[in-house]
Amino acid sequence: MTDTHNLMWLDPHVHMTSRTTDDYARMRQAGIVAVIEPAFWLGQPRTEAGAFKDYFSSLVGWERFRASQFGIRHYCTIGLNSKEANNEALAEQVMELLPLFVCKEGVVGVGEIGYDDQTAAEDKYYRLQLELAKEVGMPVQIHTPHRDKKAGTIRSMDVSLEHGIAPDMVIVDHNNEETVKDVLDRGFWAAFTIYPNTKMSNERMVEVVKTYGSDRIMVNSAADWGISDPLSVPKTASLMLERGISLEDVRKVCYQNALDAFGKSGQIHESDWISETSDVDQRLKFSGNSVLRGGQTPVTGGGATPASGDSSASNIVR
Amino acid sequence: MYQSELNASKQFLTQLIQRSTTPQGLQWLRQKLTQVSDPTATEKDFYLAFGTAPRFVGKEKLALTAADLQEATELRAGFNPTNWTAGQAARALLLLSLPHADGEAYHQKLKKLFETADMGEQTALYAALPLLPHPQLFKARASEGVRSNIGLVFDAVALDNPYPAGYLEEDAWNQLVLKTIFVGKSIARIIGIDRRSNPHLAQMLTDYAHERWAAGRTVTPELWRPVAPFINETTFTDIKKLFSQPDEIQHEAAALACAHSPFAPAKELLLQHPDLKTRIEQNELNWTYLGAKTQTPS
Repeated sequence: MTDTHNLMWLDPHVHMTSRTTDDYARMRQAGIVAVIEPAFWLGQPRTEAGAFKDYFSSLVGWERFRASQFGIRHYCTIGLNSKEANNEALAEQVMELLPLFVCKEGVVGVGEIGYDDQTAAEDKYYRLQLELAKEVGMPVQIHTPHRDKKAGTIRSMDVSLEHGIAPDMVIVDHNNEETVKDVLDRGFWAAFTIYPNTKMSNERMVEVVKTYGSDRIMVNSAADWGISDPLSVPKTASLMLERGISLEDVRKVCYQNALDAFGKSGQIHESDWISETSDVDQRLKFSGNSVLRGGQTPVTGGGATPASGDSSASNIVR
Repeated sequence: MYQSELNASKQFLTQLIQRSTTPQGLQWLRQKLTQVSDPTATEKDFYLAFGTAPRFVGKEKLALTAADLQEATELRAGFNPTNWTAGQAARALLLLSLPHADGEAYHQKLKKLFETADMGEQTALYAALPLLPHPQLFKARASEGVRSNIGLVFDAVALDNPYPAGYLEEDAWNQLVLKTIFVGKSIARIIGIDRRSNPHLAQMLTDYAHERWAAGRTVTPELWRPVAPFINETTFTDIKKLFSQPDEIQHEAAALACAHSPFAPAKELLLQHPDLKTRIEQNELNWTYLGAKTQTPS
């Protein structure tokens, strides 16, 4: 990667629950200081509301703690994803859980919600969640469909406007060359997911920024349990710099715009990571039931991030 | 049904919060306390107030004077909110303000809160255990807290908290002590550490020491504190071994263990270390001193 001048990056869409501590260590090393994890599905549908409750709790609890051990601030958006909205009996119960979570510390929005197959059930729960977001004054993070993308993207924006949500409170995700113009023209935030094979490549992303500039555009990895790359944001930043996009534009697209958009929740501030307390303190880190992994000296201060493969990074809980 | 006089505890917490929040924060809190104490309040009202309390009341650390600390322990033996924040104290107040005449209903509401809590909420919940009504209903929950792998949550239940000594069964208590040692924290902060020591715990701790020694590692000298009253012929071998280790602190631990042991050969062994014996008699060397010394970076 090109030297990225020690800039800080924010990945506003990454499913860390599915990633390893090696990923956290590499992300921190590459300059990622904060991540936002939208609630999504886990690769197969859940069948019990309790599974959602525990998943949401882990997003505000354990996962946040795990990230902090690698010097990364973890935030999340809470919502019922569109795929699982199709199980209506379950969806009803999940809707009852959401108010318990949307006002927790570090919850920066309702998401990711929207359409997948664009069914009636998806529409119903998308609308109910837009109302919830409006009630608690939270930004909305929208997942746009893989199929019939352009129509689905436009429909998600129309419906959110219908519910009286201001476009600057809505982050429309997974854009491509075909959708970006509509999203920007209507005043919404346009997020791009950089995937190794599908969605966007970082080469194409460079062209998008060259064409549309850096206002209201942001990049994420959406790394999850599938083939994906948690370093997509810093890698794309690096390529943009290499291709002559200005430092200031790169900073906006890979950091500041996401911070501004989700900052509207009042739950994410740059001072969360730029302060003395944001140093990694592995003394707070915990060893659980069986092994203290004796002999490992805790790392304290300096945002220290042990390199991948360094055994001292694996002191986390057993 | 009560561990402390509820109204007095509420007054005390309010007084502390008042000093660490804004007038607006206090006003918000008073309004929410009135709201949630009303039997017709909805669960959502309570959960939202509990969740958002730090946003309104703030996260400033409480500033306790020596007199406050005295008052705290008079309210509830061992109660010590020194490390609490204003928001955390506000959360405790909300818990104490919920209607609780029906113990099972009260427990169910808190159960849901525990199960969906973020890290700060969990800390507040566990640290508030010694003030809650119906304390006998929270034993399993406290044991669950000891199983946490999040440091701050574990601390909230295990350290500076008088609830576990009062209510945990022996097995759960023993896990709490062993885990505290295991994760490198001082057992001097476990309330009731001496009162609740027992032969089974002594055995678990000596086994742990052997395991560490076998791996060529040392153990914290504090480990011998709960062992001391139960020293027998077998453990006495371990105590003698401590005197042969290079570190002064291990000798101090061995001497303290001998001093607190009813086992005659241990008493005799202490006589061979007159300097340490004198320091113990003058109360210059004690377990509290040793606990503090283990936590000082060398």
